[in-house]
Amino acid sequence: MFNLIFLVAAFSLVWGLRLQSSPESAKKGNMLASLGMGLAIIATLFFEIRDTETYNNLFWIVIPIILSFTIGTYVAKNIQMTSMPQMVSIFNGLGGLSAVFLSFIELYKISFLSGENSISYQIILLLSLFIGSIAFTGSFLAFAKLDGYRWSEKLTLPYQHIINIVLFLVVIALSYQYFTTSNDFNFIFLILGVSLIYGIFFVAPIGGADMPVVISLLNSFTGITAALTGIIFSNNVMLLGGILVGAAGTILTVLMCKAMNRSLLNVIIGGFSSSGKSSDKEQSGDVKEISDSDFAIQLFYSSNVIVVPGYGLAVAQAQKLCKEIQEILETNDVEVKYAIHPVAGRMPGHMNVLLAEADVDYSKLIELDEANQNFNSTDIAVVVGANDVVNPDAIDDTGSPLYGMPILKVWESSNVVILKRSMNPGYAGVQNPLFYKDNSKMYFGDAKESLQRLSSELKTLSN
Amino acid sequence: MEILFDYIIENEIFIYLLLFTIILGFEVISKVPTILHTPLMSGANAISGIVVLGAIILIRQTEPSNLTVLIPASMALLVGSINVFGGFFVTDRMLGMFKKKKKR
Repeated sequence: MFNLIFLVAAFSLVWGLRLQSSPESAKKGNMLASLGMGLAIIATLFFEIRDTETYNNLFWIVIPIILSFTIGTYVAKNIQMTSMPQMVSIFNGLGGLSAVFLSFIELYKISFLSGENSISYQIILLLSLFIGSIAFTGSFLAFAKLDGYRWSEKLTLPYQHIINIVLFLVVIALSYQYFTTSNDFNFIFLILGVSLIYGIFFVAPIGGADMPVVISLLNSFTGITAALTGIIFSNNVMLLGGILVGAAGTILTVLMCKAMNRSLLNVIIGGFSSSGKSSDKEQSGDVKEISDSDFAIQLFYSSNVIVVPGYGLAVAQAQKLCKEIQEILETNDVEVKYAIHPVAGRMPGHMNVLLAEADVDYSKLIELDEANQNFNSTDIAVVVGANDVVNPDAIDDTGSPLYGMPILKVWESSNVVILKRSMNPGYAGVQNPLFYKDNSKMYFGDAKESLQRLSSELKTLSN
Repeated sequence: MEILFDYIIENEIFIYLLLFTIILGFEVISKVPTILHTPLMSGANAISGIVVLGAIILIRQTEPSNLTVLIPASMALLVGSINVFGGFFVTDRMLGMFKKKKKR
């Protein structure tokens, strides 16, 4: 009976994830997956555990569940959509912490009580402890970096990569010692401590802009620990769920690295932030500014516009204004589309969520390849708070750190207007020759204020 | 090395399950379009909270007097289920925004 429930639960998890492949069915998919999770939890509460006695400890189960339900739903309801990456990383860290607790307790039982203690079983426990710890401390540091805490950028020590390798070897040596001393629990404390520190140092050298990749990687780590814990408790649903997450995290990590044209190793070593300023090319020519009324008139009398939104739009919370302008233009028969770069925002697909929050129809969003085919028939491309993803250096300057990254070729449209706070370079720290092209004009200011000016200008035109 | 071989022979069916789940995982995920990657990440993250099942099993196996195990185990359950509940709810909230608007 309970095995059947576990089977249904496992099926729901897989099918639920499968349904997430299209926007129409994704909500149902998430429902189905959570239903599967619920079933699995209920079945775990009541099924007969083979070979061991069970006790009625409902108090210890119900209280944490009620507490976590309250906390979890509260956070989920009140979090800003722009802070989504931070939240995912915190939740992920908690998942890792949970696995750390579990493997720690199991190891404790082996040392002090009589538990199962085959060597393979203990190796799995140690692995789960190690990976879970990295996921835990790594995720919290990733959160701190994303949220812009200053101290989080200063944790890197000199020779960090060598230190990391040494720490890793120390963990292996300690594990070996643990086995030779026939399960001396002090070594578990040491392994835990070193693993937690390793998690911090693992993330420390990686630049803030690369955090999404790291979060996705840590997410797959948590998945792997979940799967390992599944082996420990010989529970197939846990194993399956864990592997699904591990696979999801791995694929997303690879996709993100591809979108930035960098190898995973390159991201982990953190080469981007250190080598970023090497391009010494002098920028020539002047930057042209466009006035409020010129910009509004150009947009108003064009026939099609592509908006390229970036994180600048999101931090300024200007998505709703963007949508407002889109509506004004559409009533005047201007076709408005949004070109979404795979790494626009702070996570892949983050920009899509932010625009969806502002009620922008997702059929108006076009992806990189389609956008690049459309630019040469576009009247105006409007770049809002994006920079590196529209940098032509990525195509023609082999010395640029961005070289090879797939980008949006906005300059192929007849006119480009770039909304930007200042001439400061973007995350990669490189200059953008796009701003100096003949057909580009700058529109300076905070994205929200700029769009507000533009919107009121457009309203006077349409009246 | 021997340990590894022994383990594989002892747990043959289990290894099969492992292999096919990995393939299944990759197949299912690679079909998801970029626009849904953020919800996917948080949804998948919620699923990784499945470790709570382990916490529940552990709590059920422990004598009510053994607080050194019960307290950390319910901490594991607490933090793990924050991941589960928070993850699923926020994913639902995000996906709710992807409703197709009716054309006027």
